[in-house]
Amino acid sequence: MRGNKIMKKVYVDEAHCLGCHLCEYNCAFANSGLDDMVTALKDRAIFPYIRVEGDGKISYAVSCRHCDDPICVRSCIAGAMQKREDGTVRVDKSKCVGCLTCVLVCPYGAVVPGPDGLAGKCELCLANSCGSPACVRGCPNRAIVYEER
Amino acid sequence: MRYLIIGNGVAAVSCAEAIRERDADGEITLLSEEMHPAYCRPLISYLLERKTDREKMLYRPADFYEKLRCRVEYGVRAVKIEPAAHTVTAGDGSVHPYDRLCVATGSSPFVPPIEGLAGVRARYGFLTLDDALALDEAALAGSRVLIVGAGLIGLKCAEGLHGRVKSITVCDLSDRVLSSILDIQDAKPVEEHLCAQGIELLLGDSAVSFSPGYAVMKSGIRVPFDLLVTAVGVRPNAALVREAGGECGRGITVDEAGRTSLPDVFAAGDCTESRDTSDGKQKVMALMPNACIQGRAAGIAMAGGEPVPSPLIPMNSLGLLGLHIMTAGSRPSAEEGGSEESVRTGSGLRRFFLRGNRLAGFVLIGDVTRAGIYTDLIRTGRELTEEEFAFLKKNPELRAFDVKTRRNRLGGVV
Repeated sequence: MRGNKIMKKVYVDEAHCLGCHLCEYNCAFANSGLDDMVTALKDRAIFPYIRVEGDGKISYAVSCRHCDDPICVRSCIAGAMQKREDGTVRVDKSKCVGCLTCVLVCPYGAVVPGPDGLAGKCELCLANSCGSPACVRGCPNRAIVYEER
Repeated sequence: MRYLIIGNGVAAVSCAEAIRERDADGEITLLSEEMHPAYCRPLISYLLERKTDREKMLYRPADFYEKLRCRVEYGVRAVKIEPAAHTVTAGDGSVHPYDRLCVATGSSPFVPPIEGLAGVRARYGFLTLDDALALDEAALAGSRVLIVGAGLIGLKCAEGLHGRVKSITVCDLSDRVLSSILDIQDAKPVEEHLCAQGIELLLGDSAVSFSPGYAVMKSGIRVPFDLLVTAVGVRPNAALVREAGGECGRGITVDEAGRTSLPDVFAAGDCTESRDTSDGKQKVMALMPNACIQGRAAGIAMAGGEPVPSPLIPMNSLGLLGLHIMTAGSRPSAEEGGSEESVRTGSGLRRFFLRGNRLAGFVLIGDVTRAGIYTDLIRTGRELTEEEFAFLKKNPELRAFDVKTRRNRLGGVV
């Protein structure tokens, strides 16, 4: 379970990020479990796992870093937050009780409570139907990359 | 190498995992007083609330111990450590030798002597799974519940029972709820929220005697009840180490690697006291994340490794019937260079406690978004410029920092 495993992660190039927030919509759609983007997003509060920060001059997006020694996993009272063999940090929603201790400890602010009150986070779209990060595929300026570093 | 762990909670399991990562062959034994595989105690209120069940609340999968190749002896209570002989004696007379020992005995409820308390038959604690199962069975739709103690445990118990019983009254000698983490100003909105949800609070007042069916309060009023829950507080189970001559304060004194003052004896979790990074003081920080971090550190050290020091601070994330409260760190006094600032956000209140130009603690009520960014500032003791803090108190975002910091934090090009 341990080890500084080289794995592909999502990185954002601040120089190329336009601050368009499309990644947030693509993320929310990919993780909505729905087939239709309009049904998933239109007139709804969205709960993306990537978040654009910025003020017009600079912008970039933040999502889970899949830390080598993840404090969210250490802190999870339910054993729901888990570091998998492939290096990804995933949340088992069937075990999560929504105590949000993970939100209290994530140094990136990358764990967010979803509409169900349970912890949600970037799982690199490996567990949803997308199969590879939707934020990367949908980034119009290729500011978001999915690679090993 | 024979590793012995007294306990089977989060600290114990984290310790066993860390040992096995470094030592494939060592013999690992856990002595579990409780008859259950490891579960995390804070989950018991969610069990009452039916947000989890006994299977889901297992801290690790059912085949965990087998896969980790460690042995658990259930129903075994350690009563004595003999540091010279390197043995632990159990209540059943069995003797358990060790090369390295980890004491992860947790804490026990403190029940104050109250007249007539021993005569209350429907009396429950709220710390262990067995406590919760007993209360779960006893709680009926018509039950009137009196909870003595408006701290974290008492209020989580109230939440767990909310909607399942006829009435819930929570009393506490303190003038406010959650007195260990909130001051009277912060406690107010929490109290209003609980009252709005139908929970009756009797603060600055507590039971002085019990008679069949009712409690008499300090103020003189009588509170009738069917079920009584005592949740006044907990104490670290430090006796084993104290009696063996190990250094203890309120809890077992440990360093960053979980070492006690006894040779080859380590300790982790709620039974210990250690240094609070936010104020440098030695204290009991009986919180689940710390139990895991300390358990791992002890396990690494026991297996001959050198654990990376991980700062420990008090921290709590507490949901109460839809209201989220988070606290972390400490509140330096004015003499210690402390100052504070408050910010109201759309749906909540943020209070920050600073020591000089470092964040020492916070209280967030209602809006807890990205609280970890603040927690990390406390844990790392990062110095903040005035501009950085002025931005951060309103926006928990990494944007407060310069691009170089962001690159370091987020990995490569940002």
